[in-house]
Amino acid sequence: MNSPLKVELGRRYHFSASHRLHSPQLSEEENCRVFGKCNNPYGHGHNYVVEVSMSGDIDPATGMIANLADLDSFVERHVLEEFDHKSLNEDAPAFRAKVPTTENLCIEIFQRLKSFHKAKLERIRVEETGNNSFEYAGDSLEGNQP
Amino acid sequence: MVLLTRKIEFSASHRYHNPNLSAEENRRIFGKCNNPHGHGHNYTLQVTIEGEPDPVTGMVLDLKELKEILESEVMQRMDHRHLNYEVAELAGQIPTCENIARVIWQLLEPKITQGRLHRVRLYESPDLFADCYRNVANGAGKS
Repeated sequence: MNSPLKVELGRRYHFSASHRLHSPQLSEEENCRVFGKCNNPYGHGHNYVVEVSMSGDIDPATGMIANLADLDSFVERHVLEEFDHKSLNEDAPAFRAKVPTTENLCIEIFQRLKSFHKAKLERIRVEETGNNSFEYAGDSLEGNQP
Repeated sequence: MVLLTRKIEFSASHRYHNPNLSAEENRRIFGKCNNPHGHGHNYTLQVTIEGEPDPVTGMVLDLKELKEILESEVMQRMDHRHLNYEVAELAGQIPTCENIARVIWQLLEPKITQGRLHRVRLYESPDLFADCYRNVANGAGKS
């Protein structure tokens, strides 16, 4: 990219899911102390917002970094279908062995979207509530090039 | 370094249409954004300036001055306008969020004399936006 300016496309997606923060490596008391009410036995849910940032050259023919319909269907298939109206603990294989904190969810979504080949994934930001959000931009060694 | 952000809102209409493509291609690529008579949005623009606070005033730049720059460069050009027909800087470009953000950067950058432009973020709707930065990767950020 030789342009003096860098342009990114940002798109927000919404899904709702339940989770419970619980680590089998910790005792009952420790789980309770570390996770507080997020450790309540039957879980709870959030309306999550996933903010996806993609960079790339603007195609002069379309004015776009990536066609939104392509990005939307990719995110639908790789993220929303997987997580929307599901239990992250019970339904998502990624969280069989990992606590479904929004930090881990952010990394998981990044891994799922980095293979979008029409633009470069810059970062994922997940809002768990209006007051808590998490960002992940990949590890520098990961080479998340399109 | 401190970042300072000011937000403004404007409303404008646009249409995505490339005259070099066939009617079918335009429809396929742009979908309902290609509807012949256009449509509109309430845009939200966030302009972020970077700099050191002046030791006397405590300000990176006078917000009143930034407000005036945004009024003359953005509001007067784009608010309640049709972006395809009434904004000379967008002539020949599809008025996507990406292109509008880039044009706004190019309009503002030379006008900011205290601090310097850090980011232009333009929301077309709450779920779609574009960010424009100086491209640090090719050394353009090292001035």
